[in-house]
Amino acid sequence: MPNLDNSGILIYAQLTRENYIHTVFFELLDKAKELAKKLGSVDVNAVIFTTPGLIDEYKESFKNKGVNKVFYFEDNKLKDYSTEYYSKLMVDLVGVIKPEILLIGATNQGRDLAPRVSSALATGLTADCIDLDINEKGQLAATRPTFGGQLMATILCKTYPQMATVRPNVFKINQEDSFVETEFVSCPVNLVGMKNHVRLLEFKKTVDSIINDLDSAEVIVTGGKGLKNEKGFELLRRFASSIGASVGATRGAVEMGLAPSCIQVGQTGKTVHPKVYIACGVSGAIQHTVGMENSDYIIAINNDENAPIFDIADCGIVGDVFEILPEFIKK
Amino acid sequence: MKIALCIKQVPDTTDIRWTENNTIQREGVESIINPYDVFATEFALNLKSELGNVQITAFTMGPAQAEGMLRKVLALGCDEAVLVSDKKFAGADTYATGLTLSRAIRTELPDFDLIVCGQFAVDGDTAQTGPNIANFLNIPQVTYVKDFKEFKDNKLILTRELEDGIETVETSLPSLVCVLTHDYEPRRPYINGIISASRKQVRVCGLDKLSLPVEKAGLRGSPTYVSKAFRNISAHNAEKFVLTKDESVNLLKEKLENLGVLKNA
Repeated sequence: MPNLDNSGILIYAQLTRENYIHTVFFELLDKAKELAKKLGSVDVNAVIFTTPGLIDEYKESFKNKGVNKVFYFEDNKLKDYSTEYYSKLMVDLVGVIKPEILLIGATNQGRDLAPRVSSALATGLTADCIDLDINEKGQLAATRPTFGGQLMATILCKTYPQMATVRPNVFKINQEDSFVETEFVSCPVNLVGMKNHVRLLEFKKTVDSIINDLDSAEVIVTGGKGLKNEKGFELLRRFASSIGASVGATRGAVEMGLAPSCIQVGQTGKTVHPKVYIACGVSGAIQHTVGMENSDYIIAINNDENAPIFDIADCGIVGDVFEILPEFIKK
Repeated sequence: MKIALCIKQVPDTTDIRWTENNTIQREGVESIINPYDVFATEFALNLKSELGNVQITAFTMGPAQAEGMLRKVLALGCDEAVLVSDKKFAGADTYATGLTLSRAIRTELPDFDLIVCGQFAVDGDTAQTGPNIANFLNIPQVTYVKDFKEFKDNKLILTRELEDGIETVETSLPSLVCVLTHDYEPRRPYINGIISASRKQVRVCGLDKLSLPVEKAGLRGSPTYVSKAFRNISAHNAEKFVLTKDESVNLLKEKLENLGVLKNA
């Protein structure tokens, strides 16, 4: 039964280190608008944590996006993400506005924040959803992979707000403007008597620009254990650059030290859905395929005819990547 | 330093079999220690060997069979083990699990300094239980931990491996860490470890030992529930070609041209 005290959808607008609103917010926003319609045109609101004087810069980003209210907390203490501060303020806000659904992007930060907030609110949280819907009783039906991606489970929540996290790149942004007057609501930052026990000392960026664009790449070439060694991965990179593709890797390849974990595709890595996905020397463990099977078109090259990757490939080429790729590059 | 190490026994997800009705066959599936909890265990044991005065108590919530896994970590060098087990805990979601474990830690190791968990469990992959425990015990948390660098003035300096880079953070104790990965090989038990582990007691902690009302435990205490579960079946048409090298190269080229990837070809 929908609880009448609880209305509207609240979405966490995470800021990146460069102080942009994370794209996952806009992905969640478009999905939330669909859900809001099914709930009888309830409000879709956002919450953002920032430092004094910056909120005006974000007003442009929220323009014509269909957000009814943006609740913002501004304080110098909120400059760096703090689990303790952010979760306390989020709990305060939820206590006042009582949303029926709270959505958070399943980034590293979101997955740190969401369970802290849900347990403090004594409510349920479904992590890493791949689909969100409203069922016939008006409940949030959150579908997620479990058991290494082999089983899909649709999870319901008995308490409010019903919380879910969704990974970046799972939902698509529909790009449509919606002309809703967005109201900006300043929220009191009450951190009296609280201490932040975790302090950021240093940050070292490890993601370079070549591999950073997996989220938006139209073509991805991924290497698995079948590439055997660093030479194999070098070949993969040359192949990728010859067709203007981004490079990904399986968990197996990352564990062998052939690629950094930030380009890992799969359940414990990234979820991608490019137009074309080319899996080279990838066996197709479910752990991996759950992160790429929504690609529009999948090509697989593997010399093992029985590799499970062929079950999900639109075009499977049984053959040796060490023979096919160099020949392809030559041509 | 007193460490509570939280570990979980999971079905081997690389070895899942299906029944005719597309449900998971649970009988005869091997149970393993959650792979991320192997890193968590290694993290705790490394703290012990680097800092010296460290005592590790391993906790797991699960059925009686989970004692075998606790015996294994005792053999690796953990000092004590607590099996949090009760039929009334069955069906717990991450909220109820976090609440139950936090009460068990408060009961069995009230003066802990650090709680160490794995970042994910490979069966559920929620990454929620650790932060839930930290919330219920009102202590800070550090997730995605890669390694520890230093311990001084009751502060632990840690590195975190995140999607965009490596953070170095400092946390005061008591605190909870979720370990994501490690650069070194997990250790194997020594024969002496196995012998001394067989002499150690695994304490069993049921609901009656915890200050937890029965309606807060297990399925009853869980805000979420599974409404349906179904097998994940691909929508892609599996078309497979066994060709010569040149034909394969041509096929790849043709497909990429048709898909608009090779524009100038």
